[in-house]
Amino acid sequence: MGLIARRVEADGIPTTSLTSALSITRSVDPPRAVFLDYPLGHTAGKAKDPEQQREVVAAALAAVDELEQPGAVKMLPYRWSRDDDWKRETMLGGDARSHRSSSPEYQCEADRALAVAAGDCPTCVFL
Amino acid sequence: MTTRRPPVDHIVRTRDLYSGLGHDPYRWVRNDGSPPWTELRKPLRECRVGLVGSGGVYRAGQVAFHHRDDISLRVIDTSVPVSELRTSHFAYDQTDARIDPNVVFPVDTLHALAAEGVIGELSPRAYAFMGGIYSARRVRDVLAPEISRRLAEDQVDLALLVPV
Repeated sequence: MGLIARRVEADGIPTTSLTSALSITRSVDPPRAVFLDYPLGHTAGKAKDPEQQREVVAAALAAVDELEQPGAVKMLPYRWSRDDDWKRETMLGGDARSHRSSSPEYQCEADRALAVAAGDCPTCVFL
Repeated sequence: MTTRRPPVDHIVRTRDLYSGLGHDPYRWVRNDGSPPWTELRKPLRECRVGLVGSGGVYRAGQVAFHHRDDISLRVIDTSVPVSELRTSHFAYDQTDARIDPNVVFPVDTLHALAAEGVIGELSPRAYAFMGGIYSARRVRDVLAPEISRRLAEDQVDLALLVPV
């Protein structure tokens, strides 16, 4: 996403990026980023916690006014849990990534039926 | 609260995973030199905000992502209820994103911030794709210019990018 941030910003639209992968963000170096130290899959806050999601997203938006140094990263104070054991488990865990196939992977079979019934997908942009 | 551990190093983690598959060590993009910079042209409370997320979000009725280096985009109408949003991604645990898509694609959150007056509005169109694309070249040469062009067409004043 950092490459996209850099392109959009270079084309004249300011960007602000949330991130939960600090080393990647530092390496790809988007113009502005806001770091939330959570397991991947919760970049904008915890599920069913609209108050925290609001604070996280508001912090990302406020970064546009606060950060003045290109490449700066604002650190959010939230913790995922009382201890940080999830970090060790993340590093030690096996490869849970799915098999790479070229067929669409639907969340549920009902979605496949809907997409097939819809036919052409004008809001799908195949590049 | 116990002592904080340092953040997970996802560069090391990803390299280990790809090496485990017998691939050459994955090389993350490393940009040296200052990133580009554009100033906001109006106060945040007047801004139209564009949302771009890489959590593999699609809307029920759209074609889902495939998991073999898909670089396609889904245009998401931000007026649809989030209960119609789904996720399809090869790499992260989608349990929570499927319970509450706002965790990777904060549509309700941005609408609420617009209602509060923190931002002007959420752009009527948001963009979703599936992150973890192996080829940085295809992102740089194909996907990034396409997203940038669409955000400009939508006349957004600011883009919020939410990677996974």
